[in-house]
Amino acid sequence: MLSLTHLQRLEAESIHIMREVAAEAQRPVMLYSVGKDSAVMLHLARKAFYPAPPPFPLLHVDTTWKFRAMYDLRNKAAEDAGMELLVYQNPEAKERGINPFDHGPLHTDMWKTQGLKQALDKYGFDAAFGGARRDEEKSRAKERIFSFRSASHGWDPKSQRPELWNLYNARKHRGESIRVFPLSNWTELDIWQYIMAENIEIVPLYLAEQRPTVERDGMLLMVDDDRFPLLPGEQPVMRSIRFRTLGCYPLTGAVESEAATLSEVVQEMLLTTTSERQGRAIDKDEGGAGMEKKKQEGYF
Amino acid sequence: MALQNDERGYTPDALIAEDIGAYLAQHQNKGLLRFITCGSVDDGKSTLIGRLLYDSKMIFEDQLAALEADSARVGTQGKAIDFALLVDGLAAEREQGITIDVAYRFFSTERRKFIVADTPGHEQYTRNMVTGASTADLAVILVDARKGVLVQTRRHSFLCKLLGIRHMVLAVNKMDLVGYDQATFDAIVADYRTFADSIGVEEFTAIPLSGFKGDNITPGPDGAPSAETPWYTGPSLMQHLEAVEVGSDIAQERPFRMPVQWVNRPNLDFRGFAGQIASGVVRPGDAVRIVPSGRTSTIKAIETFDGQLPQAVAGQSVTLTLADEVDCSRGDVIAIASDPPEAADQFEATLVWMGEEALIPGRAYWLKLGTQTVSASVAAPKYEIDVNSLEHLAAETLALNGIGVAEVTADKPLVYEPYADSHQLGGFILIDKLTNATVAAGMLHHALRRAQNVHWQALDIDRAAHAQLKGQQPMVLWFTGLSGSGKSTIANLVEKKLHAAGKHTFLLDGDNVRHGLNKDLGFSEADRIENIRRVGEVARLMTDAGLIVLTAFISPFRAERELVRAMVPDGEFLEIFVDTPLELAEQRDVKGLYRQAREGKLKNFTGIDSPYEQPQAPELRIDTTRTSPEQAAELIAARVLGEWSPVL
Repeated sequence: MLSLTHLQRLEAESIHIMREVAAEAQRPVMLYSVGKDSAVMLHLARKAFYPAPPPFPLLHVDTTWKFRAMYDLRNKAAEDAGMELLVYQNPEAKERGINPFDHGPLHTDMWKTQGLKQALDKYGFDAAFGGARRDEEKSRAKERIFSFRSASHGWDPKSQRPELWNLYNARKHRGESIRVFPLSNWTELDIWQYIMAENIEIVPLYLAEQRPTVERDGMLLMVDDDRFPLLPGEQPVMRSIRFRTLGCYPLTGAVESEAATLSEVVQEMLLTTTSERQGRAIDKDEGGAGMEKKKQEGYF
Repeated sequence: MALQNDERGYTPDALIAEDIGAYLAQHQNKGLLRFITCGSVDDGKSTLIGRLLYDSKMIFEDQLAALEADSARVGTQGKAIDFALLVDGLAAEREQGITIDVAYRFFSTERRKFIVADTPGHEQYTRNMVTGASTADLAVILVDARKGVLVQTRRHSFLCKLLGIRHMVLAVNKMDLVGYDQATFDAIVADYRTFADSIGVEEFTAIPLSGFKGDNITPGPDGAPSAETPWYTGPSLMQHLEAVEVGSDIAQERPFRMPVQWVNRPNLDFRGFAGQIASGVVRPGDAVRIVPSGRTSTIKAIETFDGQLPQAVAGQSVTLTLADEVDCSRGDVIAIASDPPEAADQFEATLVWMGEEALIPGRAYWLKLGTQTVSASVAAPKYEIDVNSLEHLAAETLALNGIGVAEVTADKPLVYEPYADSHQLGGFILIDKLTNATVAAGMLHHALRRAQNVHWQALDIDRAAHAQLKGQQPMVLWFTGLSGSGKSTIANLVEKKLHAAGKHTFLLDGDNVRHGLNKDLGFSEADRIENIRRVGEVARLMTDAGLIVLTAFISPFRAERELVRAMVPDGEFLEIFVDTPLELAEQRDVKGLYRQAREGKLKNFTGIDSPYEQPQAPELRIDTTRTSPEQAAELIAARVLGEWSPVL
């Protein structure tokens, strides 16, 4: 008998989910944020449909404020996979010059939440894969794998469909859509182990290196380009840092670290005592219910 | 109240710091166990899960800090940490102090990764518990040591048994509150054993523990049980969770089956069948049979991104290629040729009703089993099961959280296995055709008739052959509308025109159906549904014979019209909505029926005391206030004859 390991079972489940969506949705898309979870999701999609390329495009809802290294990998990864890459930037946010320095929560709302809704509507996607995991945050622990959204992209925790066995109900009315989370049952450690086992390319920012930083509101921020407004007296300092999650660079806190290889990163993670999203400013809005509220408004 | 470090019960594995490579290699090959915890907040369920996460270092400092703050604000444990707050996720739940959904938690030890389905215990959340139990290998049934085996303990155990969970743990919690008394524990175990025998649970593991104090959750220093329970010699909960056999290993011992999810055709030279193996083992060279068609072939290769595999086992997602060009598509099952599963269209099954709206016997629902989706209806239940007393009760329907046994009829054969043998080919869901909600979970017992050991053979003279001989595209022209709207008048005119054009047609209407085939049916909602179902079946048979069928029935319910639509191939069902306002139809009242209905002499009359659900997207809509019957008939006939222009 061949007992499957936990990574083999997780992989098989994710592939099963992706194939169900490809078979049942009219126009699926994979949201690709260039982070490590996206990297794993894309890799699984390639496996699911091999030797064909995945039968859906990648969509990057861009805020124009991602790290430069993310843009580099984004284009390469899509090309390697033989997939179409769609990049969407909310035109209104662009026009109004919305940015994380001057506009606070409005930045995330307009570029990401509104941008995502606009992009899905524009292309008429009826199913969108996202790389969210249930272990990330409390309200995500109850998220379905197939998360049903109204025509206005709203999420109602009370009207989610029961999911039994490996049977997913992908039926919907015109205009409604489904967000699908094939990595629901993966943990951060699973993701890292899989990246190592499968040799998946990730953004180098996950590994420690000397980078220019400033310390602000208790967070270490990387000065990734010259749009970073320095406060009086602030001077970028070179520090050996890495990132545990990647988002818009002005909103993503780094950790000081010497972990320059994947196994050192995992080592640090196992020895560390703070959870993954802790470096992100976004979850702290509106107390403990921040993420739940954002989801009801259509955030991924 | 901050916890001291030594109280956290966790020291990172020394190997992590010493040799991360060796540590990772060790963890690369862990297994995975999914389990469910059953019990109510009062039994200390959330506390127990919080404790498992905490003892396996799944709670980080920032979460702990938030937990301490929350505990002080809304906690129920006085000054101590309230672990329940850690796992009750949604804001509404935090406020009400109850768990209303299924939440999934993760933790891992050196030997296994665990996925815990945390589900509510109250009776009104039976559907949530059933959902959580459907993927579990093991169930932890919590009992409060002070209260013993309660009605809810029995309910939870019954549901776990129903969903086919093989391993049960009776976790006698809050032992600290009964002074760790062995006699109390033994009495509860004896009591539970009597009950377990009665529902066919042969084995269970009973563990005395305290989630709050941490006794017998993880093993003591030398693997010993808690010092508080020296009389207990069994494993701690964690030791037991690490050791039990998991379901996917058991499935490997059964014959090979793989439901086809997706046909992979990147180019003309490659045709692969993708799916997740439901049971058994497959190797290149194996003789296989495609069910239900019955065709046979041989496995050519097991293709993956990482190269071809020498074998694949239950639980793996793979792509198979076959040695022959055989018909095989989504919904088919590839099985070992010597022992394939059967196909049938009528079953007995246990249903757990999950919809807000109760079961309507006879109504068509989508049934999804494996990768097969068919239209199916459920007969009135044989009985409902009282989940508390386990008595069988007479029932005409099943409401939310109701569990019963009923006959299910599908509109075409389904490849199946009894749920007891295979969850993948014996478990199904029912989907409401209008709302698209998942309204029931089903567990198949056995087929009721036909198809036993009969593999469907492709018919030589098929529907295409019939149609070809007649030189026409078979079709159902389904006229729907209020009584007196003009359906029969228009349908008659259309038939004349088609006949004149040399088409083979047949008109089904109330007169030739109600007096013969359906004379046993009255006008109750259930009878009206059955009336339409039979008309649909007859219409389908006639299209199989190559005819263009016209039907003129009020057919007021959307679901029934959709049922008929699903019976015939795509594009062969034309729903024609004869749209006449109620006032106008009532004014005409050709047969005097509206008057009788208004006077109360006719019951369940559509438009008066029974609803008419208008078609949402009919292929054609005839506005009779603007279009004469002759004009309408011309438009419809033109469409059927392929001369239609989209101006109405």
